[in-house]
Amino acid sequence: MTESQTSTGFTPGTSPGDAPLLEVKDLQVEFRTKAGVARAINGLNFTLHAGETLAILGESGSGKSVTAQTIMGILDMPPGRIAGGEIRYRGDDLLTMNEESRRKLRGGKIAMIFQDALSSLNPVLPVGWQIAEMFRVHRGMKRKEARAKAVEMMQRVGIPGAEERAGDFPHQFSGGMRQRIMIAMAIALDPDVLIADEPTTALDVTVQAQVMRLLKDLQTEFNMGLILITHDLGVVADVADKIAVMYSGRVMEAADVYETYAKPGHPYTQGLLASIPRIDDEGGRLRAISGLPPSLTDMPPGCPFNPRCEFATDRCRTERPELRLVAEGHLSACHYAEDVYAGTATRTRRPSPTGAGMIDVSEEAPE
Amino acid sequence: MSLSVPAAAADPFADKPSVLEVDGLVKHFPITQGIVFQRKVGAVKAVDGVSFNLREGETLGIVGESGCGKSTLAKLLMRLEEPDAGTVKFRGKDFLSVKGDELRRLRRKIQIIFQDPYTSLNPRMSVGDIIAEPFKLHPEEKPKQGIRNRVKELLDLVGLNPEHINRYPHQFSGGQRQRIGIARGLALNPDVIICDEPVSALDVSVQAQVMNLLDDLQKEFGLSYIFIAHDLSVVRHISDRVGVMYLGKLAELGTQDEIYTGPAHPYTQALLSAVPLPDPTLRGAREQIVLQGDPPNPANPPSGCRFRTRCWKATEICATQEPELISRGQITQLTACHHAQQNEKVIPSHG
Repeated sequence: MTESQTSTGFTPGTSPGDAPLLEVKDLQVEFRTKAGVARAINGLNFTLHAGETLAILGESGSGKSVTAQTIMGILDMPPGRIAGGEIRYRGDDLLTMNEESRRKLRGGKIAMIFQDALSSLNPVLPVGWQIAEMFRVHRGMKRKEARAKAVEMMQRVGIPGAEERAGDFPHQFSGGMRQRIMIAMAIALDPDVLIADEPTTALDVTVQAQVMRLLKDLQTEFNMGLILITHDLGVVADVADKIAVMYSGRVMEAADVYETYAKPGHPYTQGLLASIPRIDDEGGRLRAISGLPPSLTDMPPGCPFNPRCEFATDRCRTERPELRLVAEGHLSACHYAEDVYAGTATRTRRPSPTGAGMIDVSEEAPE
Repeated sequence: MSLSVPAAAADPFADKPSVLEVDGLVKHFPITQGIVFQRKVGAVKAVDGVSFNLREGETLGIVGESGCGKSTLAKLLMRLEEPDAGTVKFRGKDFLSVKGDELRRLRRKIQIIFQDPYTSLNPRMSVGDIIAEPFKLHPEEKPKQGIRNRVKELLDLVGLNPEHINRYPHQFSGGQRQRIGIARGLALNPDVIICDEPVSALDVSVQAQVMNLLDDLQKEFGLSYIFIAHDLSVVRHISDRVGVMYLGKLAELGTQDEIYTGPAHPYTQALLSAVPLPDPTLRGAREQIVLQGDPPNPANPPSGCRFRTRCWKATEICATQEPELISRGQITQLTACHHAQQNEKVIPSHG
């Protein structure tokens, strides 16, 4: 069984002739578990250009964090295993590269920000020391010089009183400030690619706005390619250029962000957009997606979304849809993508009243 | 959006009796120093004078950032913590002074659903035992049809398969576990359910299912909810009235419509303007107020208005005089701000 989706990749919104910064081709990652092999990523494709923001949107278990770890080369192996694919940074395949060259890129050219700043920073070392470490290890700077650079970075990310606070420990900072320290570490060596894995999920909404604005400013200043991994449709709409919607380790839909929100080409994306309560709308009943995401060790045959899909047919239950073009620069992995995109798909089922399952429309008694 | 006064929409709960009346609730947690002789060196003012009432069939949303005291408020209302001052009346009866048997009887009527469906269910008890536990603690409420049948009914009610009565919590997903928590909360036919961040641990697609379920149950059983959450969109969707908390106090209290279409307190305005909208075409189309800094330490709140250190409107009066939560001028909702002024622009109308 080939698990790969189409390898055309997608490059909406980029100028032609511009070589991509990062190219992921047909990536496959699996985990060995007691329950069997869990296919966390099943053929992932995307490209990222300088100055561009790609949002990877997905729920828990969709493989979005595993994607980030694989690109960074920090995936726990075992139990993880890269079963195939390529990750090319400026043309060089990261997966076949020797560990020494990879280590030079990691943190230097490809940097990452994690969700939980408190557990990602070392609690027993001053934050200034931790930022300076980047300069000492990668640039071979002397302690004093590195410390001065660290203070400069702390000022750059808007930490008040950076000079005095460089000697403080992580627990002495608030959540938002800790996230700023992580950002300072990540951008210290002027990376080309910045991966932000749920950077604001643990933060309050007013602090989230500050941190997202900082990330966006830094991206423009350094012309970084930003991969924003999140489950928050609001954050994506605010900052992303293009978007890849993941479900069960596969990209379900990939397109320009304006296009995706205006005309989703996959029932899952459509369902997600309809199911979130909006702050600018008191709304009526929410249109929830019924059921639950499938277990990665026990994937349904055919389309992974078919047990929860309102448009599913027998074809969806047997044949796995490939990611294909439905409109210019708009990819979708649905057999009926054109109909969904145009809003003419036929509904075969509807959610049960409690939202826990589906009812076949044909089985319903006529009223 | 019309700029007419939102009070035009009549309050549908105006003639409903109050189920819960909360007045001047205060809870300070002492900060101590020393090992043998613990000296009190200060207090974290977690809840510092909160008053509101909850009417029958109504949902009161409480929003605020972490550390504002919203979860402490939930614990006080459940009497899991004893308040330092203030009163809570349940249907006119003083809930804080009752003891023994009477307390147990009243407690049945107020139930709670917790945030984390992973830690709030005992992993060693089957789902049937978890949901039946309220009947063991309150034997006089034992259902006529038998406990097991009633548990099956409850499971069905919250959208779980009654056949799964013998399963354990780890065999369910997060959303299903939250449904189990809801079934347990419903077991004793309560009047009030306090929902402490009931959907924040859930995925987007599952969150909507649980919110719809809470909505349906409210209609079916005439429940009153106190819905505590940090997600402003979720609170707007489910609430009839909304209270905005900041550092242990209510900054603004009004109907969902008043708070979201014409917020008058600067903090509410900043909070609402910071929520990203799921629509890329609105990028840059609205006024965004980005607050500077973090909330101050609740052990040492600023004098006067607690928000003044982060407020762009603050003047001298804010430092000296604490603003009361009252209705001000044309503004129909209650606001605790000397400079309260409605701002309709923080959320663009959704067409």
